Amino acid sequence: MNVTMCIVLLLSVSSCVHLKEYQKSRLNDSEMVLGNRKVEKNELNFESYREAASGANAGKTGGGCGCN
Amino acid sequence: MKKIYLSLFGFAMLCRVNAGAQVSNNSLAENKTPFTVSSPANVSDTSDYKLHKIHVDEVDFVSSYYNQTGDHSAVTGGIGTEAVTDVANSLTLNLVWLNKSQNKNTLAVGLGFDYHTAASQAYISKTGASSPTGTRLYPSLDWTVENAKKGNTFGLGAYYSGEFNYQSLGADLHFSQKTTDRNGEFTAKLQGYFDKVTLIYPSEFEPASTTDLNGNGNGYGDGGGHRNYGSSPRTTLSASFSYSQMINSRLQIMLLGDVVTQHGFLSLPFHRVYFNNGKDTIERLPSSRFKLPVGARLNYFLGDNIIIRTYYRYYADNWGIRSNTAGIEVPYKITPFFSISPFYRYYNQSASKYFAPYEEHAPTDEYFTSNYEYAKFESSFYGVGFRLAPPDGVFGWQGLHELEIRYGHYTQTTGLASNVVSISLGFK
Repeated sequence: MNVTMCIVLLLSVSSCVHLKEYQKSRLNDSEMVLGNRKVEKNELNFESYREAASGANAGKTGGGCGCN
Repeated sequence: MKKIYLSLFGFAMLCRVNAGAQVSNNSLAENKTPFTVSSPANVSDTSDYKLHKIHVDEVDFVSSYYNQTGDHSAVTGGIGTEAVTDVANSLTLNLVWLNKSQNKNTLAVGLGFDYHTAASQAYISKTGASSPTGTRLYPSLDWTVENAKKGNTFGLGAYYSGEFNYQSLGADLHFSQKTTDRNGEFTAKLQGYFDKVTLIYPSEFEPASTTDLNGNGNGYGDGGGHRNYGSSPRTTLSASFSYSQMINSRLQIMLLGDVVTQHGFLSLPFHRVYFNNGKDTIERLPSSRFKLPVGARLNYFLGDNIIIRTYYRYYADNWGIRSNTAGIEVPYKITPFFSISPFYRYYNQSASKYFAPYEEHAPTDEYFTSNYEYAKFESSFYGVGFRLAPPDGVFGWQGLHELEIRYGHYTQTTGLASNVVSISLGFK
């Protein structure tokens, strides 16, 4: 929760800069993707099966048993 | 995540199209060659034909090996081995074409296959005679159409997962819209999963009506008998929302939130519970559950070759579970095309009000489970990943444009520990 509050604070104190396409080279770097890596796909599965919490990670929210 | 990858694929495809001296989407729309005697109309028709033709843009293959140890199996009431090995493989074909309106269409066709061994599964039969192995097959389809001019995407998806004791059928509808300045994007996704839980009970609780159809089996997945197990439905509906924003040329963030509701048979019939009077029964959980996870991602490009990727999630549900997840990954670019990424993820959760360990539930409890997924615990997951994506192909092989390898070690304060190693190959 503290991290979320920091982010909100960060947003409120620094206005977003309007970026031109040529200024987005770093943001467009494949390591900067705001999401999971393809190679993480099965890690996310086992985490959702071994832990009670899931979601808010742009992944699946259901399906599959993970019973074992 | 699909949106982001699709955007990257779209960008990569446009670069390739330009590099290949073909006519791009924009140049077709805005710089059409005027008709003259020296420049006949059929020139643009040929290009148009090529752009509309469906082609394979990328093929992704992901394979993982997972190995787990622990001593709190839910099958044996919160005691007993949790040893599991799992080999998971998935292949996704991304097909791309432009429609008449010059919108990019992407069809992702996926197929996954897992094989696992689970020591506790053998103890569905009291004697340990049930099969400890199983397989899962999960095909998927996702169609997305992107309107570059308006900055939006719309898509539909379908999904199936089938294993011996569980079938799942899913569908989703997703939409995204970029802000006017293209520095922010809102995404919404509605998902529905319509599952069937096969009612396989521990052997001592197997109803007399569960008959062996060919008369020679003696338990779950033993390969000998095909029994007329019944099934019970489980429905999951969810709405997922996210908003991403570029803050400056080095920093971007994303806020995420899901609203998830589940109804139906939410326990598993082969999970035993031992009461404090020594008697046992099967797990019983409420028939509905409401989940509310919210999260944020923040990625920062530090200097010229270090990236800081962070993630936080808070989770709450009406079974009494509260959880925090925090993760950090620091990719270091050794060269522009080779990076090494150590990562660490911390997780904690409170116990569900329906959980108690072995022989601690009272027979008067309304709901009861000894599945340690619902226990109070903390976990750590750490490891390292490597990514290789040289412009002339991995190891000089032009077709293989990306290789990722990742290893992680996971521990829970319950004693569960696991290792997972994954490889991802991207072909163009």
